[in-house]
Amino acid sequence: MTENTGSEIALEARNLVKRYGSVEALRGASFTARQGEVVALIGDNGAGKSTMVKCLSGAEIPDSGEILLDGKPVHIDSPTAARELGIETVYQDLAVAPDLDPAANLFLGRELKRKGILGALGMLDKKAMRQRSIEEFARLGVQLQDTDVSIGSLSGGQRQSVAVARSVVWASKVVFMDEPTAALGVVQRERVLDVIKKVRDTGVAVVLISHNMPEVLSVADRVEVMRLGRRVARFVAKDASLEDLVGAMTGALSQEDAA
Amino acid sequence: MTNTETPKAAFNPEDMTGRGETTIWQKLGSSNTIWVGVILVGLVVAFSVLHPGAFLTLFNIQELFIQLCLLLLLAVGMTFVIITGGIDLSVGTVLIFSGVVSAEVMQGLGGGDATNDGIGLILVGLVVSVAAGGLWGLINGWLVAYANVPPLIVTLGSFGAALGVADLITNGNDVRTVPSALRNTVGSGTLFYVPYLVIIVAVITLFFGWLLHTTKFGRYTYAVGSNPEAARRVGIPLKKQLMLVYLLTGLLAGVAGFLSLAFFGTTTVAGHTTDNLNAISGVVLGGTSLFGGSGVLLGTVFGTFIPQVLSSGFVISGVPPFWQPIAVAIVLVAAVWFDQRRRQARNR
Repeated sequence: MTENTGSEIALEARNLVKRYGSVEALRGASFTARQGEVVALIGDNGAGKSTMVKCLSGAEIPDSGEILLDGKPVHIDSPTAARELGIETVYQDLAVAPDLDPAANLFLGRELKRKGILGALGMLDKKAMRQRSIEEFARLGVQLQDTDVSIGSLSGGQRQSVAVARSVVWASKVVFMDEPTAALGVVQRERVLDVIKKVRDTGVAVVLISHNMPEVLSVADRVEVMRLGRRVARFVAKDASLEDLVGAMTGALSQEDAA
Repeated sequence: MTNTETPKAAFNPEDMTGRGETTIWQKLGSSNTIWVGVILVGLVVAFSVLHPGAFLTLFNIQELFIQLCLLLLLAVGMTFVIITGGIDLSVGTVLIFSGVVSAEVMQGLGGGDATNDGIGLILVGLVVSVAAGGLWGLINGWLVAYANVPPLIVTLGSFGAALGVADLITNGNDVRTVPSALRNTVGSGTLFYVPYLVIIVAVITLFFGWLLHTTKFGRYTYAVGSNPEAARRVGIPLKKQLMLVYLLTGLLAGVAGFLSLAFFGTTTVAGHTTDNLNAISGVVLGGTSLFGGSGVLLGTVFGTFIPQVLSSGFVISGVPPFWQPIAVAIVLVAAVWFDQRRRQARNR
């Protein structure tokens, strides 16, 4: 029931183990994200979601297990390595520079330089970055009153939209979103969820980590559930109910084939 | 929910074409820089009108610029440091240290008296001075970036230590044998009434304005000050950037130390101890936020001029010059207060 979504597997984790001292955060956990789908990764606190995301985005290195990108084993030993592979992460605490404008934030760490000698001297091509960011924001449906003001003067939803846009513009394979709507109001939340769907439609795998079950069921295509450091269940979102998800998270329901 | 209902907040390229790029003027207008400039021009105009023939004289203007030159170099470095959210209290004593080491080396190589030596020795002196400043910059930068000691403490330490070492080297006595070739050219020469010192400092300031506002180095300086965690996550080498910013501030203090030798012809070990505070006031008056992340170098230039214009104007007006620090203090506190309010409004 879970293998019928059709599209190719973008990122796969097999039997990851991660220990912090005597605590086993991941005990042979697996995870799959397919191209062009939103897959929600859910689980109770301490189930290992964050550790899983950290291992897949380069923030932590698993003690054992395998990570495959497009079917090929990869070694992701730093966030930079993950980004170079096309894996981006949106953090829940808005990792933007509030004093810089949206274009500067979009290109933060990936600045475009001018051509020729001025570029060699480190001079930025602000015009090209600005033009490109206007196009990208338009493509993703991110609405901003003004592209020239600092991000700090935008609303929380717009700030988060820029943070999301920054990751998805650069993500060619996978985007992890850790509670991307946690701090947002209703309208702003809808905006961000719209952006997520638009990203999915470009063929990128979106991994949504969320505690909000109705949100998970409305935006995700598939759901993978973790409990006590392993994957315990997989659902196709449209066939799953809130009770199924909660049951799997609490251990009342489990699927033999999931691990 | 669809994106078709797009009111005036809609964001699409067609809407944007009419707006054009942010001009340098818009950018200045949105920051405090333009207002600091207006205040500066206002002061100059006021003193000129009140005392025609006394304030706007060639001599007074030259004097004003020369007195500000060295301080401006320190303030330029300080602007970078404050934009990263740091502070550098050591700039004034690093200036002294650099001048002392440079003068001692020139004296030693000149056989005990460098007064009559030429360009070769002068260049050695320049390199030594800049390197000596850079050394303190590296120490400050390493302690701040890699040892995670707060900048206030690190540079308070080097503020004392740099002066202490300078005093140990000289035994507290100024070195006075600076090559006269240096004093007569860089120190007191002029080109069409513009002192060489002013030209040198103007060129350096323009270069650092370019570096801060148009290059990747400048962009990273803002990013590091605005949100270090965000900078780190996108792969900006946070520690290296901080290190480089303190290094360049040290290098600038080294240049200032050398120019100080050229101008005064002596090492001035007893002076410059409040240069750090004057540089910080200049930077903050110029609209750079003490909380990091924002600032404009032109603002620093304006902010550095204001206290000096006030001093000069008060002297000419017969106002006791003791009023100058009081006036500067009031404007300074007001500037930080406004910045604080702006930030609170933003983080509502």
